[in-house]
Amino acid sequence: MRAGGWIGAGAALAAGLAVLVIFFVLTGHDPAMALAAMWRGAFGSWFALMSGTLIRAVPIALIALGFTVAYRAGALNIGGEGQFYAGAIAATWAGLRLGSWPGAMAIPVTLAAAFAAGAAWITLPAVLRRRFGVQEVISTLLLNFVAEAVVSYAVQGPLQESQHIYPQSDALPASLHLPLLFGTRLHAGALLAMAAAGVLAWVFSRTRLGFELLASGLGPRAAVVSGRIPVERLAVSALLISGAFAGLAGGTEVLGVSYALYPNLSPGYGFTGIAVALLARGAPLGILASAVLFGALEAGAAAMQRDAGVPAVAVYVAEAVIIVAVLLADRFAVRARREATA
Amino acid sequence: MIDLSMAESFLSALVRVATPLLLAALGEMLAERGGVINLGVEGAMLVGALAAAIGASSAGPWAGLLLAVAAGAVLAAGFAAVAIGARTDQIITGTATTLAALGLTGAIYRRAFGTSGAGLSLPTLGPLEVPGLADVPLVGPALFAQPLPTYLALLAVPLLWWFLFRTRAGLALRAVGESPSSARAAGVPVRRVQVLATIAGGAFAGLAGGTLVLAQVGTFAERMTAGRGFIAIAIVVLGRWHPVGVLLAALLFGGATALQFLFQAAGLDVPYQLFLMLPYLLTLVLLAGIAGGVRAPAALGRTTE
Repeated sequence: MRAGGWIGAGAALAAGLAVLVIFFVLTGHDPAMALAAMWRGAFGSWFALMSGTLIRAVPIALIALGFTVAYRAGALNIGGEGQFYAGAIAATWAGLRLGSWPGAMAIPVTLAAAFAAGAAWITLPAVLRRRFGVQEVISTLLLNFVAEAVVSYAVQGPLQESQHIYPQSDALPASLHLPLLFGTRLHAGALLAMAAAGVLAWVFSRTRLGFELLASGLGPRAAVVSGRIPVERLAVSALLISGAFAGLAGGTEVLGVSYALYPNLSPGYGFTGIAVALLARGAPLGILASAVLFGALEAGAAAMQRDAGVPAVAVYVAEAVIIVAVLLADRFAVRARREATA
Repeated sequence: MIDLSMAESFLSALVRVATPLLLAALGEMLAERGGVINLGVEGAMLVGALAAAIGASSAGPWAGLLLAVAAGAVLAAGFAAVAIGARTDQIITGTATTLAALGLTGAIYRRAFGTSGAGLSLPTLGPLEVPGLADVPLVGPALFAQPLPTYLALLAVPLLWWFLFRTRAGLALRAVGESPSSARAAGVPVRRVQVLATIAGGAFAGLAGGTLVLAQVGTFAERMTAGRGFIAIAIVVLGRWHPVGVLLAALLFGGATALQFLFQAAGLDVPYQLFLMLPYLLTLVLLAGIAGGVRAPAALGRTTE
């Protein structure tokens, strides 16, 4: 992100918080108290930062990174939520079978299963786009609902815990748990997300593939006409990678946080991930930063509900305002540039 | 065995499921005919649902229905101001609109009705029986003993057809969706048309949300629209942006959803989740099936300068 991007993002954040304050005032909550509770819940202590904010930032960042890969290629993957669940199911299924393996082998295999499941879940939309021209916006969205039903079936059917009472899976054996960092609840998935961001930053800025993705997303017609870039094939591959990242997010959530499959594992990470990717304008390192920001917003919102009695869902309004502010800032930047060159 | 009463209740369930989807999809169709894809339709349904609950709890179901229409229109106006006024990406702006609606409705609901979780019980719109016709076997109860919004939705189909294909305003709207620059050259105020179509679409979606609360569930719950607005968008595509097509697609989706009641009544031993996912899978298959022979409004989703 260039300096202009950081300023725009800062202004967007300010707008989001301003709307939140207005909302507090309108609903009769003390803004200072509510904001203080948010801050404490998000950054107030080492524990809050690691176990509240960063732990939420991990799946958000992975999904956002995936969204960005497809977005660069001109494809919109709105189905991160569904792919997340596909990954979570696969990780639970594999993890429960690999308890006898040493963790150093079982964990990579299980995460690979989650990665593959995410890609598998978006295969149908990718094929529908390539072969039938069905918009992936609609197909990925529809598959979110199918994924919800599959999870619901899994935790009441084949993956239900052995007592057959609760709609959840058995807990994974300890050998499958991701290592925790610094004695907090933050798991090694954070390192994975950082590594993924690093790799993508390199691919985007330094490789031919990164250039082709960008070219086919920005000017599909020109890219096709040039004859050197297989636009549609790239878009399909980008969608698959995008789904795989969201699947991986589901895998790390199961192996690092919940240790079991639950129906409501994701509080909407799939959609938050999209917001985060947009806020960072697709820059992988910017995505890490804005994932931490949104992780903080959501951790803070949970604390705000607990300590100040303000409904946590109010924070969605702030997230929406941040997205819109970024869009508007971009528009104004484009217009300003055009006027400057005219 | 499937007997007459089971068939009747299947058809009634079909129409009940289809009604809010049809309303929302007809509204979205209007916007999309003008080249605007509004993913905020899910949010407009949600604010419509909450407005209906607030209106009905203080001034009765009719006030609730009107408030629902207004709330949906206001949210769509917000979307239009950003997406059309400032020409931002429509998909993303729509997603943000739905996100905002999720937060607003959740917070306002808790503020207005408390967090107790005790079921809020609202006065609802009862079925209006068409004398004579309601007693026709098989289709009578499904088509002629429904609450008012169902009749409104069915009535809207021919009205919108007439509007789109037989009026100057409808022609202008379609022209805007196909080629904004030509429409502008012909003297059509492109963005005003788009804003109006989007707001009208939001009013339909608000009515759809109000229908859910006042004619079906009788209460409000957070996230109660559960993706119906997104389904409506798929139904528009499935119905090829035509009122009659949208009607058929909504009925089809309603039928696929209502199958679960039929199979439950028949005592089939199949996981119920299969029926939960069936309508979505069916929609995907049909989208693939029609995709070759269908064309969206040419300027759909484009930001017009």
